[in-house]
Amino acid sequence: MKTLEEINKIREEKRKELDLRVNTKADTREKHILVCHGTGCTSSKSVDILNNFRKIIKEKNIENVRVIQTGCFGLCAKGPIVIIRPEDVFYAMVKPTDCEEIVEKHIQNGEIVERLLCKDIDNKTVKKLDELTFYKKQMRIALKNCGMIDPENIDEYFAFDGYKALEKVLKTMTPDEVIKEISDSGLRGRGGAGFPTGKKWQFTKDAVGDQKYVVCNADEGDPGAFMDRSILEGDPHSVVEAMMIAGYAIGADKGYIYVRAEYPIAVQRFQTAIDSAREYGILGKNIWGTGFNFDLEVRLGAGAFVCGEETALLESIEGRRGQPRLKPPFPANAGLWGKPTLINNVETYANITKIILNGAKWYSSIGTEKSKGTKVFALGGNVVNVGLVEVPMGVTLREIVYDIGGGIPNGRDFKAAQTGGPSGGCIPKEHLDTPIEYESLKEIGSMMGSGGLIVMDDSKCMVNLAKFYLGFTVDESCGKCTPCRIGTKRMYEILEKITSGKGEEEDIENLEKLAVSIQKASVCGLGQSAPNPVLSTLRYFRDEYEEHVKEKKCRAGECKAMMKLVIDPELCKGCGLCKRNCPAGAISGEVTKPHKIDNEKCIKCGVCLNNCHFKAIKNG
Amino acid sequence: MEEKKCSGCDHNGVDPKLKEILEKYVQDKSNLIQILNEVQNYYGYVPSKAQSAISEYLNIPMAEIYGVITFYSRFTLKPKGKNHIAICLGTACFVKGSERILDRAKERLGIDVGETSKDGMFSLEATRCIGACGLAPVFTVNGEVYGKATVKMFDEVLDKIMKE
Amino acid sequence: MSNKNMVHLTINNIPVEVEEGTTILEAARKVNIDIPTLCFLKDINEVGDCRMCVVDVEGARGFATACIQKVAEGMVVKTDTPEVTEARKIVLDLILSNHDRECLTCSRNGTCELQKLAQEFYVDDIKYQGVRNEHEIDDISPSIVRNFNKCILCRRCVATCKKVQGIGAIDCINRGFESCISTVQNKSLNDVNCTFCGQCIESCPTGALKEKDSTAEVWRKLRDKDTYVVVQTAPAVRAALGEEFGMEIGTNVTGKMVTALKLLGFDKVFDTNTGADFTIVEEGNEFLERFSNKGTLPMITSCSPGWVRFIEMNYPELIPHLSSCKSPHQMFGAVIKSYYAEKMNIDPSKMYVVSVMPCIAKKFERTRDNMQGAGFDDVDSVLTTRELARMIKQAHIEFTNLEDSTFDDPMGEATGAGAIFGVTGGVMEAALRTVQEKLTGKSFDKLDFEAVRGMDGIKRAEIDINGTKVKVVVASGLKNAETIMEEIKSGKADYQFVEIMACPGGCIMGGGQPIRTSKERATIDIRGKRAKALYTIDEKSTIRKSHENPVVKKIYDDYLGEVGGHKAHTLLHTTYTAREKYNLDNE
Repeated sequence: MKTLEEINKIREEKRKELDLRVNTKADTREKHILVCHGTGCTSSKSVDILNNFRKIIKEKNIENVRVIQTGCFGLCAKGPIVIIRPEDVFYAMVKPTDCEEIVEKHIQNGEIVERLLCKDIDNKTVKKLDELTFYKKQMRIALKNCGMIDPENIDEYFAFDGYKALEKVLKTMTPDEVIKEISDSGLRGRGGAGFPTGKKWQFTKDAVGDQKYVVCNADEGDPGAFMDRSILEGDPHSVVEAMMIAGYAIGADKGYIYVRAEYPIAVQRFQTAIDSAREYGILGKNIWGTGFNFDLEVRLGAGAFVCGEETALLESIEGRRGQPRLKPPFPANAGLWGKPTLINNVETYANITKIILNGAKWYSSIGTEKSKGTKVFALGGNVVNVGLVEVPMGVTLREIVYDIGGGIPNGRDFKAAQTGGPSGGCIPKEHLDTPIEYESLKEIGSMMGSGGLIVMDDSKCMVNLAKFYLGFTVDESCGKCTPCRIGTKRMYEILEKITSGKGEEEDIENLEKLAVSIQKASVCGLGQSAPNPVLSTLRYFRDEYEEHVKEKKCRAGECKAMMKLVIDPELCKGCGLCKRNCPAGAISGEVTKPHKIDNEKCIKCGVCLNNCHFKAIKNG
Repeated sequence: MEEKKCSGCDHNGVDPKLKEILEKYVQDKSNLIQILNEVQNYYGYVPSKAQSAISEYLNIPMAEIYGVITFYSRFTLKPKGKNHIAICLGTACFVKGSERILDRAKERLGIDVGETSKDGMFSLEATRCIGACGLAPVFTVNGEVYGKATVKMFDEVLDKIMKE
Repeated sequence: MSNKNMVHLTINNIPVEVEEGTTILEAARKVNIDIPTLCFLKDINEVGDCRMCVVDVEGARGFATACIQKVAEGMVVKTDTPEVTEARKIVLDLILSNHDRECLTCSRNGTCELQKLAQEFYVDDIKYQGVRNEHEIDDISPSIVRNFNKCILCRRCVATCKKVQGIGAIDCINRGFESCISTVQNKSLNDVNCTFCGQCIESCPTGALKEKDSTAEVWRKLRDKDTYVVVQTAPAVRAALGEEFGMEIGTNVTGKMVTALKLLGFDKVFDTNTGADFTIVEEGNEFLERFSNKGTLPMITSCSPGWVRFIEMNYPELIPHLSSCKSPHQMFGAVIKSYYAEKMNIDPSKMYVVSVMPCIAKKFERTRDNMQGAGFDDVDSVLTTRELARMIKQAHIEFTNLEDSTFDDPMGEATGAGAIFGVTGGVMEAALRTVQEKLTGKSFDKLDFEAVRGMDGIKRAEIDINGTKVKVVVASGLKNAETIMEEIKSGKADYQFVEIMACPGGCIMGGGQPIRTSKERATIDIRGKRAKALYTIDEKSTIRKSHENPVVKKIYDDYLGEVGGHKAHTLLHTTYTAREKYNLDNE
């Protein structure tokens, strides 16, 4: 247990100590080696890197150096990432075996290890993190502490205004003032639909109930999205603090965070955060003598995408199958165990402390008229800089893909981007300049979603992509209501028919009709949005569907059943590589002479296509 | 993964470890999924005996527990193989061709997704996003992540395991 | 008087005024607009899963769920827009696309709610054909057949089993398209905690759940010249059988039923009500013995085999509380195969006793141990009310036009006490009529015990018998039974006599009774009407106390000897045993 005074003392001391994290000119002899411990980097052995550094520094008996695990830096494509502060040198794709060299050269002799620096999009070598184009157009609010502090050390969180917002709220604000601040900030739910956060808080506060709950939805299920995971891994206390503020505002003394069990690091770090907050007396009874009680509990999901739907999530917390409830009543009135419940997602909470400390006016000055603040995206797919980005609302998709994302690799062309995952839609080339905001994305048939942003190049077949998403929905449908349970399956079957070259003309029309009925008649958001990938690809790439059906042709060559592989005799050098690798023995030809493919024998595996050095094999 | 065998039962026939897991939680129905997660972690699946014990402990009909187990994809009713291979089919990985690795895995192991090989050596799973999209496409073997994967890389990893 | 606020809305432009809290569906029905439903079962399954009842509400994002959503002031509802109709059609198409559509050979042909909708929507083709889930049929249990190829996942059965009965033998398993209703490990109902109450069958809109059919076997016996086939009919059957022939709910069709049974070729047609009188005499005596000699109290009735199975599985420690009396039809079967066989000089091994029951658990009960009082099975076959109707239809008997006839002598004489056995509280009331006289040795005029009547799930009362207080409780529905058992188990209860019936409302609402649609269940007081039929029989009976039944008296005098005596015990009493809830595989 620590008093507020003691905490403020820790804060001050820690802030001085950690000045070098944010100040390249910090007056210190200390060096901090920050090793990214986000999921991407830990998957490529950053834990070994951290241990190696510690071992080497101990062996060499070097003083004034600390090795720290941090959350995600964002540029996952270049991971594992190591940053040395205060000079802010950014090492990319570090291997455990590189530690020795970094310590000897950089730490001991002040020399930069050039070979570990990364190249920017213009191919220039970059030394510092903020020199990278990747970071230049970003604005980190929700991710402010990610990559800067040790997420498992509450003292480091204190150093950067940690729990100051809670103090401000408990000591100087009424619940109504808190809600007004959030409302005025213009913050909207970052989980997908974009419901105004302040309004949600108000509804839950106004609801009648002897017991109320605060819930954090950390069941990030959109495949290809890892924003929430990164926040929980990089800055868990910001969510704890925000949930407490929410609890104070709506009159709840108990909170639950529902996290996917597939996120073990996030779960462990969040639990550590809860434990240390409890130890310091920040969670518990009569916090800081204010009379406010609050405690938190982690509940694990178990692999069901639908549990990201708020009412399914409630069912799951209550220990049942994650089957959504009908709304109304809304959780604000009847949520967990029928009690008024506030549910926000991780990123929404991650904005709260900043709004409280900097004011609604500051926050609402960022973004566009209707979409305020920033949005975190998990940028993935066919883009150079795969990673986690946070941008002010209103930037265009083009800026994200080309400036931050570094464009499309392998000299390919941009074809479309998918936001909102399986519930969203694709955005084609002609809409690259659409500003990222709730309304404009909806207008063009996509949605903000939770932040998955997958870029696709022209090697992707949009019908096959729609089938991929539908396959996901079919797998993840809870099975409660008819349209989603059977309807998505039937949609999938039609798409399967089309992509396997058996499509008939009425299939497209039937698909569309079914999609519209599923949208309108399904119980929950998952079902209602399940047809979106089909409807949006139909909207922008109808010609591809028609080609599949009428000409039995897939221009991207992804739909293998329709493949007709031919070898261009002009380009073929007769190297024989294709012939050797063909598992079906469908290729014949003499060395140095053009080869031929027997389409009767061909099993359309595509091995020859991928292996030909001369691009002589084509899908015609 | 080492298969956990019942290590001596108490007089009620309940594995002491299972008892320990149960007793960490109050007898409240809402703890069902928490308990199942721990049981799954410990045994590698949810044994029938554990289901019975949970049913008694939380006073939930077994059909309901069975319904919950079969709803959540993390819970399995059968032990996984000694080597559990999971190939990510999240969008980022899919776009980068993880399906090809999955096809290869099925071909090499001779099993389909969700199955365990007859000798109990391998089981195969197609996972949704594991959050390592920066490394797409990825697959995991017994939890260890292999990023920027290719069919060739998969073959090499598999060859190595098979030799061991 | 209702103090509720009134809400005004329009449905298809028709102004409607209804009480606050009314659903859109109820409001629409008020102005004669029906909205199709499938998964909806009032108060039991209000989940809005099937999506047949979707309607358009002005200003709402998606469609509204008419069966659940409450009306609001100024609401503008449209139930027949092209979009709504299209969506419903597609939903129906989808359901049918995953349904075993062999309607002609289905037991619910003509009474299936899905089939009715298909007619109404004039489905002439299934547009969205695709893979169909295939399930094995479970016909292992003696009572229930599950054919999930006909299941539409409305979950009415699940809600009934779990919420009404508190059992949870079945639940939804898997997810998405693979979802189905099943048991733990997909076991047969025989191997899980199912009590065979059959309430799931009553709630099923299609032919996915039905009773195990015994008609074929009974037909065979009827046609076998060497077999003497005797039939007996339970009290509740006569209050509901007419429904199968389109008659008004609650019509007493005793006379027509007896005529039909004779036409079907049964050698003798007896009344289980007489068996009920035996039960009361024995059970009353058992109670008085326990009451006077400080035996195990409270004593709990044992006529309802679903209930007996329940206590054996869930409260084996309370088995000593169960009356050792067999249920009426089992007692009666034993008497028929002993006393009657002797009297008529018929070889009991050539006798075949058929019980027509409102119950499917009776099919299980007859197979229990210690149900062979005379050395042969007391009862050889159990038909439900529905099966009897099926046989009458198979024989092309014009039931509604039949003349009345009476049960055969000498076993056809029954009291009003026997008749009310079919309704919750009836066994208690019948027993009290006998107990009060046996306890005091006096004759009582007051025979109606209002406190144990009515359709409440639990009825507690203290009966004053000339100063002796008897504390009784009557519960119907197994969830209510569980409440009472917990009271007894914890020692909180000080009842002396407990009546339990497994089905909510008693046998009149048994799992073998005619199946009524969701709409009928929501809009008609089926229980009340069927119960009234039985109470009317009681009122009109000249003898209303079981111990005054002359046939019963005569058989005790001539054959059984003392009430509760050795012979009575051999023939009329049984035993119980603790039963495992689950018989599962271990890995």
